[in-house]
Amino acid sequence: MVSLGGDSEKVATVRTYRLLAAAEFRRYSTYRLAIFAGVVTQSVFGFIRISVLFAAISAAGGTLAGYDERSASTYVWLGQALLAPIAIFGWIEIAERVSSGEIAVDLSRPVDLQLAWWARDLGRASFQLLARGLPPLLIGALTVGLALPESWTAYPLGLVSLIVAVSISFTVRFLVNLIAFWTLDVRGFVGLYIVVVGPLCGLFVPVHLFPEWLQILAYATPFPSMLQSPIDVLSGRVLDAAAAAVVASQLAWLVGLVGLARLVQWRAGHRLVVQGG
Amino acid sequence: MFVVSLERVADVTGEPILALEDLHRSFTVRQKIGRVRRRTKVVHAVDGITASIQPGEAVGYIGANGAGKSTTIKMLTGILVPTSGRVRTCGYDPVPQRRQLAREIGVVFGQRSQLWWDLPLRDSFRILGAIHRLPTAEAKARTEQLVDRLALADLLDTPVRQLSLGERMRGEVAAALVHRPRLLVLDEPTIGLDMISKERLRHFLVAERAEFGTTLLLTTHDMGDIERLCDRVLVIDRGRLVFDGTLPSLAERVALQRVLVVDLPEPSPDLQVDAASHIGSDLDGQRQRLAFSPKETTAARVLAEVSAVTEVVDLTLEEPAIEDIVRTLYGVG
Amino acid sequence: MAELSAIEAYRILVGSRVRSQLAYRTSFWLNVVTSICVGMVEFLEIYAIFSNVPVFGGLDLRQAALVFALASAGFALAEVVFGQLDTMPTYLRLGRLEVMLVRPMPLMLQLITSDFQLRRLGQLAVSLVIIIAVLPGLHLDYTPATVYLLVITPLTGAAIYAAFFAAAGGLQFFLIDGAEFTSSFVYGGSYAGQLPGSVLIMPVRVLFTFVFPATMTAYVPALLIMGLPGPKFLPAWLGWFAPLFAAWAWLLAWMAWRTGVRRFTGAGG
Repeated sequence: MVSLGGDSEKVATVRTYRLLAAAEFRRYSTYRLAIFAGVVTQSVFGFIRISVLFAAISAAGGTLAGYDERSASTYVWLGQALLAPIAIFGWIEIAERVSSGEIAVDLSRPVDLQLAWWARDLGRASFQLLARGLPPLLIGALTVGLALPESWTAYPLGLVSLIVAVSISFTVRFLVNLIAFWTLDVRGFVGLYIVVVGPLCGLFVPVHLFPEWLQILAYATPFPSMLQSPIDVLSGRVLDAAAAAVVASQLAWLVGLVGLARLVQWRAGHRLVVQGG
Repeated sequence: MFVVSLERVADVTGEPILALEDLHRSFTVRQKIGRVRRRTKVVHAVDGITASIQPGEAVGYIGANGAGKSTTIKMLTGILVPTSGRVRTCGYDPVPQRRQLAREIGVVFGQRSQLWWDLPLRDSFRILGAIHRLPTAEAKARTEQLVDRLALADLLDTPVRQLSLGERMRGEVAAALVHRPRLLVLDEPTIGLDMISKERLRHFLVAERAEFGTTLLLTTHDMGDIERLCDRVLVIDRGRLVFDGTLPSLAERVALQRVLVVDLPEPSPDLQVDAASHIGSDLDGQRQRLAFSPKETTAARVLAEVSAVTEVVDLTLEEPAIEDIVRTLYGVG
Repeated sequence: MAELSAIEAYRILVGSRVRSQLAYRTSFWLNVVTSICVGMVEFLEIYAIFSNVPVFGGLDLRQAALVFALASAGFALAEVVFGQLDTMPTYLRLGRLEVMLVRPMPLMLQLITSDFQLRRLGQLAVSLVIIIAVLPGLHLDYTPATVYLLVITPLTGAAIYAAFFAAAGGLQFFLIDGAEFTSSFVYGGSYAGQLPGSVLIMPVRVLFTFVFPATMTAYVPALLIMGLPGPKFLPAWLGWFAPLFAAWAWLLAWMAWRTGVRRFTGAGG
């Protein structure tokens, strides 16, 4: 880990987090073959999802829940592009460190556990946005066609929405990881989380296409704000004021979740049970 | 139960249990120069090794790291195919006849485990017995015997991942012997073990060999292992065999010396001792190094001589490093 | 003395795994719940589509549900037996494959028995429940041919998906870091197989019929069962040849596996 420099404590801390993010960015850039493999897989899934939505739209007479072929294509390829950066499907590095006991080392460091991993996640996300985000968009644009948003505000709002989405996803994954402090077999919970987040975040079918009861269920969770929201803002499905409202609701979720995470982390610290030999 | 098999007949007729003929194995390695360009280099991990081992022998296989030991082991156990040359283990061509060979040999990889990590130790033995298709009664009897001799009885219900390194290695050795192989190959089995565990393992291997006549092939960095277990040593350096003979002749060739390091209560002049030669002093003579040849004397005798002259506060024993042996050999041979 | 029978050996191999999973009660039930959820969640997608349109890919909800359930059953079955191959990248990294080569058992067999995830049976159960639920509403003509197809389709489907797992395993020896590539046809294939093949755009349809025959795991045989015609490149009568497609898939898988193992043992040079 990085040692704190001679600056005042506060400045060094911010620099520390920036360095952590940069290191994570570099770390992911070394796995070139993995990136290529990921892009191929994403493309295959992308074309299957395109098939599904196009068929549904044509069966509905050309437009469905506000999607036509162009905007549906944009939805699919944005989804494929954002899948890796937003890391919908959880990782369990923290959980593994808890079960091996190494977490004690992390918690004793002057950097805050949550903030450190948040910084690292943002570093990772920035890299994957470029490496895994651009290719699907390119493929989509060259093959089926993408629709650009009608207002320039989509871009800055979209960026904010994206950053908030990554953060929400991180905080949820962080919370799932913290379960490791209370139970040995966290993999089971991670598995369940992965199963639940997939459909509810709007990955397979846009949340807007859900039957009403399912939409209510989905919006009661932070999951749509992890993927559906940034897609909606970036694609221009919601514009200007409406987009800002979406971002605001994302921020509300983020604040709530971060608060919860602080609480749980504090309890976890108390509960530190070092396992393993 | 009297079983006559072709392999036992081979024992009687003097067929080697392991025959390597001009064995070669090369790898092409792609190296990056600068940012984009790549250069391919051919690495000769094993560069023409010829040797043969008779059934019942105990052979040590030593060399510096990267000298080619693991590659040789992989070729004779059926994991890797030679680039050229011939290898026959227990009469089989290892890679094409991998499964028949696996019934006859047991392998212990020091760095990799063959036990089931999250299951209790006893399950690993049961599963291996099943994989080797041993009748249940036979597997049980053999396992009990091994468990008893390796003091594993208390550990049988512990998940393997909770065992200490020493305990795990004893488990690995037992696992490799469940099916009574004719040849036992051990790849760095004592690495990282404390003295007691090492001694236990060595003692067990000596007894096992004595009872079952198992052939032993051992790669190690520990000369103590060689001294205790092997009557023959193969030394490999950069893919080539630089020595093949008995341990005494190796000792003679290399003039293997051990060093006794004694700490004295206060600075003293150089010690003069019959059995050893003084090779250095630190801390103004408070710590002195005495080299002696194990052929001529023992550490205990040197210590006795030193204690007769002065008080000894603390002591350590240094073994000759494999690297030094190899370097000497390569220079000589 | 006779050696241990194959069945007995298999029982011991898998038995410890099963016992250890049952020992951890909470995580076992959590896994079962998760696997049931997986089955339901996948169906949710189809259900969500049909809540918007009455006909999708020429099929109504019940018909699409049959396709989904047959494919899902086949995949679950394949996963129960061959699913452990998914952990191959980890095994490769840990050097466990070399340890396996020193044992007197075929490598593939060792890999697929290296663990046995009980929870995968949960997914199989969900698919069977769905099939039983939709069959009455379909008002099928239960001729011997139909019954034969109903029984054989999940089995050939399982064979095809199993071939995907095996091919993926063989490729792992080459891919190392690029392991994710195999998800494109293993899980992509499963996804495509659950959908009405008529919705797949042409390049995807060709890929998942003639290279990775996912459409043969359920859709085309289902067309036969339900007496429906098929779209371009997927006529219903092809459904009779599903076992042939399974053999083709296994040919590809066997080649990939053999090449992979040869590369691993350095025999490929």
